[in-house]
Amino acid sequence: MKTKFTSRLGNLLMLALAAFWLIPLLWMTVTAFRPRQAALSGLFSLDFTLGNFATVWSAAPFATYYLNTILIVVCVFAVQMLTASMAAFAFARVPFGGSSIVFLLFLVQIMIPADVLIFPNYNVLKQLSLLDTKLGIMLPFLASAFGIFLLRQVFKTIPTELEEAALIEGCSPWQVLWKIYFPLARPTYVAFALVSISYQWNNFLWPLIITNSVENRPLTVGLSIFAQSFEIGVQWTEVSAATLLVITPLLLIFLVFQRQFIESFIHSGIK
Amino acid sequence: MNARLRRNGFAWLLLLPSLLFLLLFTFYPIALTLRLSLFQADLSTPEPVFTGLDNYRTMFQDEVFRKVMGNNVLFALGTVPLGIALALLMAVFANKALHGRGFMRSAFFYPTLIPMIAVANIWLFIYTPEYGLMSRLLSWFGVNDINWLGTPGLVMWAMILMIIWKEAGFFMIFYLAGLQNISKELYEAAHVDGVGRFTVFRKITFPLLMPTTLFVSIVALTNAYKLVDHLMIMTRGGPNNASNLLLYYIYETAFSYWDQGMASALTVVMIAVLLLIAAVQFFGLDRRIHYN
Repeated sequence: MKTKFTSRLGNLLMLALAAFWLIPLLWMTVTAFRPRQAALSGLFSLDFTLGNFATVWSAAPFATYYLNTILIVVCVFAVQMLTASMAAFAFARVPFGGSSIVFLLFLVQIMIPADVLIFPNYNVLKQLSLLDTKLGIMLPFLASAFGIFLLRQVFKTIPTELEEAALIEGCSPWQVLWKIYFPLARPTYVAFALVSISYQWNNFLWPLIITNSVENRPLTVGLSIFAQSFEIGVQWTEVSAATLLVITPLLLIFLVFQRQFIESFIHSGIK
Repeated sequence: MNARLRRNGFAWLLLLPSLLFLLLFTFYPIALTLRLSLFQADLSTPEPVFTGLDNYRTMFQDEVFRKVMGNNVLFALGTVPLGIALALLMAVFANKALHGRGFMRSAFFYPTLIPMIAVANIWLFIYTPEYGLMSRLLSWFGVNDINWLGTPGLVMWAMILMIIWKEAGFFMIFYLAGLQNISKELYEAAHVDGVGRFTVFRKITFPLLMPTTLFVSIVALTNAYKLVDHLMIMTRGGPNNASNLLLYYIYETAFSYWDQGMASALTVVMIAVLLLIAAVQFFGLDRRIHYN
């Protein structure tokens, strides 16, 4: 009886903590929909406005920022999927000389991520004359050691009988990769996509330093420029509205696919 | 022999695209940094001049550098253990909660999907004196207004709280995955023997989750050195460098002061720190963990 009571109490406390975790989002959402005076007064009122969003949308080129971010996110993941699948297949199923050394090389990328190499990579991009381009934003992330290790793990669990049967049927190894391994590892690709997309969507410092024109800036950089263009505290409602604009797409996708995302994450072999 | 050669060739072809990007954006820049860190290359020297270890000497005497390194250690000590403990707690409850399992998982996880720069905007409003949520809450209890981000002694703690809020749900996911791998029979046996919940956690759950804990702590430690976007919006490293972190200092040195030699030397320190963290994982902790 006693254990039942304590576990109920624990459950209740954790629910309270979960509610607490939502406060920052709620606070910002409410602010974004209130007229400025009402938001600053802090008194309870039912004032409601969409004016903040209208101001934000007309004050800064958020439509361009949106398109840039979507383009970057989609291209990076598409290329990563290709390069990581290929490399993972080699590590998992094509024994070759020097594989353990090459494996170690990829491990270095996990230990020293591109995020901390901003300054030297800026120089590399300058040497390639790719500063202030969308391609330049994407390049350092087109090979993902994380994706390679993740997929290698899953590819190893796929029975070799399937591969052998396909080879006898006359498939080439290349076709085996895309017709057998690729579809069978689908849940892992979902988890990989979630990690890659949220990473690129949220990436900030790198695009900040290498872009200096509106046509190439992603959402995060646009948001920071927008937020810094005001005296702090004066334009809260607008900054809240802009922030909400930036975070809503990912949060919506997550809410809709919440179960699949978390389940595929849990069962994807990430440990 | 021929088949083996063909297989080797096929493997290298598969690896080629990934290797190319890896060499160009991980190994080549590391080599560039090592070299440039030995040169004086700033606004007063249009052509870099070889100065040996001068940059490193200046760096270790630089008070801001020491301050930044200290801040980073505090930042790691503040975010890693607490974030991990909280994540474990979240996972244990969100794994088989009686009520609101999906709600818990989503509520804890959603901050992971918010860009750091947006998180900074949100928390800036929470910490702002007078109008911020924190001020309003505290004023109900009659506490005087506190300028969280403007007080050197408080600003790091304000950041630590924010990062824990942002990261804990992400780590929870790894623990949830780890929990799936613990066999149910262990719990059933413990239940039959009448072992208490806390003892079950201490003797079964916690030790068997050790590999996850190790992995998560490495990610968390690395993050403590990677996450700096919020500084751009909230404090710019201030007041008086009280919230400055190594990566942000690299950014300032490279792109505000244009001291390329020093920025390279600082990057070398960053690489050394990250390699040290990795070495601890490989040689230190890994041996003491029981994989089943």
